[in-house]
Amino acid sequence: MQNGTDKLFVDQPWLDPEAEPFVKIQSLTKTFGSFTAVSSVDLEIYEGELFSLLGGSGCGKSTLLRMLAGFDPPTSGNIFIDGVDMAGVPPYQRPVNMMFQSYALFPHMTVEQNVAYGLKQDRVPKDKIAERVDQMLSIVELSQFAKRKPHQLSGGQRQRVALARALVKNPKVLLLDEPLGALDKRLREQTQFELMNIQERLGITFIVVTHDQEEAMTLSSRIAVMDQGRFSQIGTPTDIYEYPETRFVANFIGSANMFEGRVKENGADYVIVQGVGSDVSFYIDHSTAVRENTAVWVALRPEKITVSASAPEDSADYNFVEGVVDDIGYLGNFSIYKIRLDNGRIIEITHPNQTRPKHGRHLVEWEDKVYLSWAPHSPVLLTK
Amino acid sequence: MRSRIQSKLQSAELWQAFIIAVPYIWLLIFFLIPFFIVLKISFAEYILASPPFSKLFRLADTGAMYMTLIFDNFVYLWEDDLYLNTYLNSLQISITSTILCLLVGYPIAYGIARATPTAKKILLLMVILPFWTSFLLRVYAWIGLLADQGTINNFLIWIGIIDEPIKMLYTDFAVYVGIVYTYLPFMILPLFASIEKLDMTLHEAAADLGSRPFTTFRTITIPLTMPGIIAGSLLVFIPATGEFVIPDLLGGGNVLMIGKVLYSEFNSNQDWPIASAVAVVLLILLVVPMMIYQKYQAKESSGE
Repeated sequence: MQNGTDKLFVDQPWLDPEAEPFVKIQSLTKTFGSFTAVSSVDLEIYEGELFSLLGGSGCGKSTLLRMLAGFDPPTSGNIFIDGVDMAGVPPYQRPVNMMFQSYALFPHMTVEQNVAYGLKQDRVPKDKIAERVDQMLSIVELSQFAKRKPHQLSGGQRQRVALARALVKNPKVLLLDEPLGALDKRLREQTQFELMNIQERLGITFIVVTHDQEEAMTLSSRIAVMDQGRFSQIGTPTDIYEYPETRFVANFIGSANMFEGRVKENGADYVIVQGVGSDVSFYIDHSTAVRENTAVWVALRPEKITVSASAPEDSADYNFVEGVVDDIGYLGNFSIYKIRLDNGRIIEITHPNQTRPKHGRHLVEWEDKVYLSWAPHSPVLLTK
Repeated sequence: MRSRIQSKLQSAELWQAFIIAVPYIWLLIFFLIPFFIVLKISFAEYILASPPFSKLFRLADTGAMYMTLIFDNFVYLWEDDLYLNTYLNSLQISITSTILCLLVGYPIAYGIARATPTAKKILLLMVILPFWTSFLLRVYAWIGLLADQGTINNFLIWIGIIDEPIKMLYTDFAVYVGIVYTYLPFMILPLFASIEKLDMTLHEAAADLGSRPFTTFRTITIPLTMPGIIAGSLLVFIPATGEFVIPDLLGGGNVLMIGKVLYSEFNSNQDWPIASAVAVVLLILLVVPMMIYQKYQAKESSGE
């Protein structure tokens, strides 16, 4: 690990063509009757990753997780964990553990007994069990609650018992089904970072299922966005947000202004797109293999648009549009402005409130005429 | 205004008290008072009169009241092997029947609890359906099935498995069949109720932590359905111990059960005091384990 590339591969093993994936999923399909929950997906997850499966309800993410845990047998396809084919291996013999969305703590056992349960099944000697349980409980900071029953704990404490119980056997892969879903917002934010710290400290590969894009963005090394049983895109949080590959991903992760358009010019390192039904045209500084005159979409993130009350001096032909402030949403740390174009279309932009509004006046006010502009690297060209 | 609310509250409380009071008064009149009458008779002496027992309270000429407690009946129960053996035999039959009901009923209850909602309704109805027919009639039907010339023996001889009929009627076996058959619904229903409440993800969690199906059943399913197991067992054990009709009809003269002894003491022998003593001892036999269980349960729920 002497040069820069090796360092890059340590942090991002998926870029290393020689790296062996730790979890390998090959054309995995699961159907329930006529409904296809997971449709021939391929996925490679590397050791030590915190990988998220992100999607709306019914997208197949939980089914995929259940197949990894061994609760649902795949209709076809293969799962390999650390090189071992999992076909026909029952849940109780898989080197994975799961943290359930409902936590599924055993109500008749104390915290201690819950955490010890997995070790008991492996016939670990009693003193070793006690030692390991103590260690896990101190990691999740629940040592003083060891003798309590689950119903005597708060939601956040139960979540940590579930985590300790799932980690106590030192699984090769930890599966987490909506790990923070049942917590309130403030606790969720705090727990996100705790979860990351624990993952980093133990080095265990985490696969997280979540519908919360913010959670996925904060936690993950990589995210697979799922829709209708398939992966729409797999990539780092930055990739997914800044370079969405499909309209679904652009809309699902954060928000985006979506413009329909036609390719007017396709240069070596730029593309010019003329918006349909508006006089907006885009000069995009990255090129893709699209022929001229094909229908495409352009996604533009609300925070990448500059709004100003006066016309920019070097008003260009591209990446520029005029409009009127239709609505303002003041959220404290930033504001959402809805700008109405001449053709009636609304463009959403966000702007951080870096300075306090003077005399109660915002950057721009209702019915102000404003000028919107953006940099050539901001729009994303989408063909799917 | 305030007094009106108060009076409304008071009338609500009165209603509540009334609704609770009705069943308690009912139990008092038709259960507790008769029990004390039985208790009283058990301390009396058999005499040739009507009613056939001595008076417990007697007013002397001086105006003082005397109470004569005669413990002879209880001593007699203890000294005569017949009663002791009958009690033990009754307990043996009722405990065995309870275990058999549990073994048969648990898988059935589990199956029903895990069935689809439509199937669940039909299956539950089938469990309750026998109650539509008279209990006596159903026991008589078993005589027809189990008799030497009954359906089962005839069938087995017809297909050639046996040459001679197997003696089933008027044996312990027939009594077990009768009790298990009759009391099975009382085992299934409470079991069903507690199994249905069981969260299936707990089974998945146990499997995920390395527990094999049987271990999961032993360490998760059984402890969590224990309330149903205990309720069902008590509902079978208590009436089965004092059962009279089934041992009388299916056991004939060969199976001694305390219900039958009670019946013959009371009717054939007309010895009401002994019959009462038999009943009191039976009650104690049944109440003591229940009280121990209740104490254990109270400790469980309050502590740790």
